[in-house]
Amino acid sequence: MPTRRVDLLVVGGGPAGLAAAARASELGVRRVVLVDERRWLGGILPQCIHPGFGLHRYGRDMTGCELAEKLIDRVSSLDVDVYTEAHTVRMGYESYLSKTAEVLTPRGAFRFRAKTVVYAAGARERTCFEAGIVGSRPAGVYTAGEVQEMMDVWGILPGREAVVAGSGDVGLIVARRLTLEGVKVKAVVELMPYPGGLLRNVVQCLEDYQIPLLLSHVVLAVEGSKRVESVLVAEVDENLRAREETVKRIPCDLLVIAVGLIPRVELLAGAGAMIDPKTGGPVVNEFLETSLPGVFAAGNALVINDLVEHAMEQGELAAESAYRFIEDGGFRSASWKRVRVGDGLRFVVPQLLAGFRDVKLYLRASSPSENARLLIPELGKSVRLRSVRPAEMITLTLKAEDVLKAERLTVKLV
Amino acid sequence: MLDRVVVVGAGVVGLSIARVLSALEGLEVVVVEKEADVGWGASKANTGIIHSGYDDDPVKYPNRARLAVKGNRLWTTWAEQLSIPVDWCGSLVLARSSEDRRVLRELLARGIRNGVPALRILDGEEVRALEPMVSEDVVEALWSPTAGVLSPYEATVALAENCVENGVKILTETLVKGVRVKDGSVEGVETSRGFIGARWVVNAAGLYADEIARMAGVSDYTITPRRGEYLVFDKDAGPKPSRILFPTPTPVSKGVVVETTVAGNLMIGPNAVDLPRDAKEETYTTKEGLAYVWREASKLVKKLPGKREVIRVFSGLRPQPSGGDFIVRVLEEPEGFVEAAGMRSPGLAAAPAVALEILRLMRLNGLDHGFKKRWKAERRAGLRIMGLGWDMLEKTVSRNPSYGRVVCWCEGVTEGEVVDAIRRGAKTIDGVKFRTRAGMGRCQGAFCRLRIAAILARELGKPIWSITVKGTGSELGVGDVKSLLEGEDVAD
Repeated sequence: MPTRRVDLLVVGGGPAGLAAAARASELGVRRVVLVDERRWLGGILPQCIHPGFGLHRYGRDMTGCELAEKLIDRVSSLDVDVYTEAHTVRMGYESYLSKTAEVLTPRGAFRFRAKTVVYAAGARERTCFEAGIVGSRPAGVYTAGEVQEMMDVWGILPGREAVVAGSGDVGLIVARRLTLEGVKVKAVVELMPYPGGLLRNVVQCLEDYQIPLLLSHVVLAVEGSKRVESVLVAEVDENLRAREETVKRIPCDLLVIAVGLIPRVELLAGAGAMIDPKTGGPVVNEFLETSLPGVFAAGNALVINDLVEHAMEQGELAAESAYRFIEDGGFRSASWKRVRVGDGLRFVVPQLLAGFRDVKLYLRASSPSENARLLIPELGKSVRLRSVRPAEMITLTLKAEDVLKAERLTVKLV
Repeated sequence: MLDRVVVVGAGVVGLSIARVLSALEGLEVVVVEKEADVGWGASKANTGIIHSGYDDDPVKYPNRARLAVKGNRLWTTWAEQLSIPVDWCGSLVLARSSEDRRVLRELLARGIRNGVPALRILDGEEVRALEPMVSEDVVEALWSPTAGVLSPYEATVALAENCVENGVKILTETLVKGVRVKDGSVEGVETSRGFIGARWVVNAAGLYADEIARMAGVSDYTITPRRGEYLVFDKDAGPKPSRILFPTPTPVSKGVVVETTVAGNLMIGPNAVDLPRDAKEETYTTKEGLAYVWREASKLVKKLPGKREVIRVFSGLRPQPSGGDFIVRVLEEPEGFVEAAGMRSPGLAAAPAVALEILRLMRLNGLDHGFKKRWKAERRAGLRIMGLGWDMLEKTVSRNPSYGRVVCWCEGVTEGEVVDAIRRGAKTIDGVKFRTRAGMGRCQGAFCRLRIAAILARELGKPIWSITVKGTGSELGVGDVKSLLEGEDVAD
């Protein structure tokens, strides 16, 4: 069996993985290998034919496809060994300086032995089963990402009349995409009393096309044996329980499931990494290093991002950390502080801070609010936020010296 | 008259019968099936348990009592011949009260009477030594080492492949509309594809057996659907029991089971809800049903994994006969009409024994064909890439690169396996799924469905949008992406 010794193995060729491979190569990491399961690189970017990508970073609004091309070109110009259609069967932690990965491709089965790994395998979509939707199981129930791929990679029109469950960004974008091809989107159904996606998407994808948004509603069940014939929708009370008297039947032949993403961490968990139940991703320190030394995580496999720029900067940080790990033979021990997630927040990433470097925190609010304050009482830090939405990641940069001097750290939103 | 037998229904029972009959010289065996693939009725959605046979009262339900025990033993041979993975893990009936303990003794006595070997009652300590996850309030259990678990759809596919190798014709998407009877004898079946003449008609139509019987003028029983709902957990979710865990049964049902499937998923279910006789397709799940299954399963074990570890829920319909017992008979009127009906639990366990019993009865009623000299008992299973050692895997991929192209990421299924499944008869997304497990993992096909559809489209020479999930009417899409805007004719 051919075993390839590499300095950095990047698992996943989406925006985070591409950014990581490029950054590492630019820093001078020698043997960089990137593996991805798809035939094409870019992760889900190539199925995103809509604009809204790259404005924050490149000052130019691009489609997902354009951004993918930009990132792929950058990697192609560097000394990165790329394997597509390469499925990582398992990962293992062999020793402090050696991690293994078994990779299956049409060109052969390979075993890699890597000093460092950047794990950027992305996320998967929650399914109708995970959304608690009952009833029958016919054709015509697809996740939002699958609908994008159907339409814009494979050229399939998935239905004539649609209901979208969930108002996350992908759901909103798909509602508009369907409308543009002549599909009647009868409703976007959101469990919470507020939309799940970015405000700009609510306006540009629903309001501009008069697509009804049903807030505080839930899709209960699917009807139809071979093909979706209708869905049952109800209003929910303040405990998010369906009110029986409000159940109504919406005829449709397509149900799009857009109820959130879950980091794909099976390989990491299989290798022994600690998982944070709050994010669904691995617990990482300020180097984005997981509990497996020399294994770093970035992008949606680390935490579900709403901006591609965040995924990319995580990839780059992970690559910089991998570079340091290789150069220095690992990181010094330190008194790591576990960031405590206080009121008003769902999670904070990274979860562990020591003050080696300035660190950018990624946080998500539990509910929307106006004029909120982000507090770190131990540092006497207070940041005023005009408007807070769970859909929009909050970021906060802490100075290394502040982290160093704190005994412990709690972040909360009031 | 043609020497042909038509078996109505390509489920595990119909195909077991066809397999046995295919061993006879000079008898043509045709199986007709209304669905697009084999095993899509009661056979695909059940626990997959090969019961050992202590449950069934030999006085009230003599066929069930006799055929389950015999079928269980036959499966050890059949599974080996047909390369069907079985886990002969044994089962435990858990008792949580003194009333339960009394029932255990009844089951033990019944098991002894039915001829079930190796039964033993364990005390609570012994039970938890075998299965540490079992609930603390379990005081005793009936241990039945001969019970097993297999994948019921895999078994049905294996039977079908073996049948075809032995000359059986299987006609899918062929609906029986009538049974032609002349002068007191069957002459064949009228189907959606025309008339098929036959000397024998075997009714193995599962939920629809009562309707087929009526077409032949037989109306002494009815079949009602009994719905059972199930929850399947992620492969990585545990703990999982090593043995099948049953509650102490009630007169109606064996109760909600906690089991590990042969694929390695924790699964719980089913409940038992009797539906109206005409609700033969209503395989829907309900909030209440699933909540009930959860509650009942929770009583057997210390802790179930979290609800977010559930990757799929489904329901299946068991064909409940009005008399309670299996209907296994050759009728005198009309002559040539044979029935294997009402195959509720333990129908899967009993299937091979039912098939041999049908052969015996047909012989008593004039079937006089000898056995073929060349009959293939063995069937080779398709290659499972993830089951290979790394060296074998390398060799396989270097010979055929498509075995290195993983299309289903969750279950690790390759293009080579999908193509093989299509060559073996899969025509639909579900057909590929039930043969390869592609789409059965945690993403439930969101990542792989389109790649599999693309392979099906290529192999079958069809546009990708027209590939179906489960036969006509379940096309993936309604046309090409621009079809609505361009006003093209699209599928209805």
